[in-house]
Order: sequence, then C-alpha cells, then structure tokens
Amino acid sequence: MIVTHSNEVIKVGIAQMDIVKVPKTIRTSGLGSCVGAVIYDESKKVAGMVHVMLPDSSLNRTATVNTAKFADTGIAALVDLLKQQGAHHLKLKAKIAGGAQMFQFTADKDSMRIGPRNVEAVKAQLKKLGIPLIAEDTGGNSGRTIEFNPETSLLQVRTVNKGVSEI
Amino acid sequence: MNFSEKITLLHLDVLKEIGNIGAAHAATALSGLLGKKIDMRVPDVKMASFNEMMELAGGSENAVVGIYLRIEGDVKGSMFFILPIEQANRFIRSLIHDESFDFHTPPYSEIGLSAMQEMGNILSGSYLSALSDFTGLKIYPTVPGLSVDMFGAIISIGLIELSQVSDSVIVINTSIYEEVMSDDGAVKGQFFLLPEPDSFEAIFKSLGVPTT
Repeated sequence: MIVTHSNEVIKVGIAQMDIVKVPKTIRTSGLGSCVGAVIYDESKKVAGMVHVMLPDSSLNRTATVNTAKFADTGIAALVDLLKQQGAHHLKLKAKIAGGAQMFQFTADKDSMRIGPRNVEAVKAQLKKLGIPLIAEDTGGNSGRTIEFNPETSLLQVRTVNKGVSEI
Repeated sequence: MNFSEKITLLHLDVLKEIGNIGAAHAATALSGLLGKKIDMRVPDVKMASFNEMMELAGGSENAVVGIYLRIEGDVKGSMFFILPIEQANRFIRSLIHDESFDFHTPPYSEIGLSAMQEMGNILSGSYLSALSDFTGLKIYPTVPGLSVDMFGAIISIGLIELSQVSDSVIVINTSIYEEVMSDDGAVKGQFFLLPEPDSFEAIFKSLGVPTT
C-alpha cells in the first residue's frame, strides 16, 4: 500500500469555518476559550471545522452577522456546507476541543466563563441537529491547536505543556 | 455606532501618542526594576481583523508569557503584556537571581511566578497611570492574570469581548526591548491595548480632539 503524505492543510482562522476532503487535513491554532468543532462524514471522507468565539448570535451587536463566530449559527451553517459537499446528515458525527479558561480570575465577570459556555452551546446545537458527539477535549486552562484528518477521522490536539494527543 | 468607521489619521496619531506615553513610562519602570537599559519602539496603531491580530506576536500558536488585565472606568478594554518565553526567562532570572528558572518547564517556582506577576503589575500600572494622567480619565485596572501558553489562546480573551460589537479591533501595539550589544534588539516584549469601541470617543473628547 502506498501511503501518500499530503502536506496540504486547510487553515481555519478565529471566527471562520471551512471544509476539507481527503487527502487534505484541516486545522485551527491557538484555541483558548473558543471552541473548535469538527463535523464529519466518515463514508464520504469529508469534514468541516468551525472556530467558534461566542455561544449565541443574540449577543451580536454588529450590522451583519458572521455566522462562524457563534455556536448556534456556526454549527448549523457548517452542516449546510457539508451537505452541499455530499455529506449525509444521518452519517454526521462530531468532535470538539477548546473552551478553556486561560486566566484564573476570581472575577465574576461573565466573559471569564465564556469557555464553558461555548462548549455547552456547541453541544446543545449538535444535539438539536441530531449529530452524535464522538469525542471531546474541552475545559482546563490550556490553549490548543487541533488538526483533523478526514482519512482517519482522528482529531489531533496539541498543547504547549502537555504535548500531543489524538481523540 | 461603530466608531472605527469614523477614525481618521489624526485619531491614529493621537492613539500613537497615547501608546508612546504609556510604554515610555513602562520602559522606565522596567529599567529601574532590572537595572538594565530598556528601549521602546514607537507604537503601531492599526485596525486589524481578528486573524491579523493573531499574527502580531508571531502567530496564534507561538508560545509566550502573557499578562492580561481588564480596564474599567471611563475607558474600557483589555490590556496585554506579551513576552517571548526566552525574554521572560531572562528578565525573571535576573530579577530572582536564579539561572535555573524556566518558563519552558512547568511547574514553575512560586517566586518566579510571583516575580512575573509583579513585573506585569508594575509595567501595566505605570502604562495605565501615565495614560490616566495624560487624559484625565479614570482608569481602573483589574489584578493582572498570568498565562504561559499560545498567543492566540491568550489574546482571544480580549477579542471575545470586542467580538460582540465588531469584527475588527483597533490595536495600540508598543514594543519594548532590552538593549543587548550582540543582539539587535530583536527579542522584545509587546504591549497590546485594545480599547472597546465606545471608549475611543471618551479618549478623544478628553484631549479635545473632534470626533465628528
């Protein structure tokens, strides 16, 4: 068997989303309290990733809504994108990472709890859309860089101090 | 409503001056603290997308030592003091006289951590009190928090607050660096002041700069 190593990585920035097909991989770096959600169809080997900053688009006070910025609009938009690429809704699965609390404040400020709130909101959306959550690496207080390979359906999680793991 | 749409070259010059005054005071404080000559670079004031912001300290994945505090009062926003790990090690080793201290290998010694916290406190305090004196505005900083992690993960806490009202950020970025003979000053610390959009009007008003 010939193993082809493609170096092509699709990069997803903060408050952005994109999709990927084999042999490419998809990655987002420096997730703090943001959540990186991957939704994929194993049989079609297609995957999408969104880098969510905020739990709910009702928080939006800008003129236009960047759907990828929010958990509620971002997850739904990603599912639509995947379907356009031939993914089957009933086959979709998800893996998520992020939602850390980067600074240990005693402050009551709401924004300090944004990590856990982002995680909850992403999970609520997945549940609403009937997409099973296969694995997660969330919470804690470390930043994460994640990369998903649609060939293996594995999500690689890298942190500064705890090395690399795969979920 | 979004002030960033009305910003002019004059406004940017005023913000540059604010960065200058704040960082000059912080550099003086750091010189005194370390007994070394610390220089600063004229601030870079620009409107950046969130993803451009991620690149301003070497990319979102770059491991750094970050001090973060919130600002409340007449001006609201976030302030960060970001040091490359090597530079932070140099400063802290010289402060606590312990050559073995290393931000690459946790757990860190209590004394090293509290020295870093204190340094962040002093620098951000002198930066912000200079800004407060200059503008006459009330500025209340929170106690700084410390994190050794990826730049993107650290800075995003400041962007999240802004992301509710905007898709871009006006960043007042000032570099300070240690003057080392052999080194061309490439290793540096950076201050990032990210005022909330509503605060710009307060800043300009206090200085008599027209905002319309």
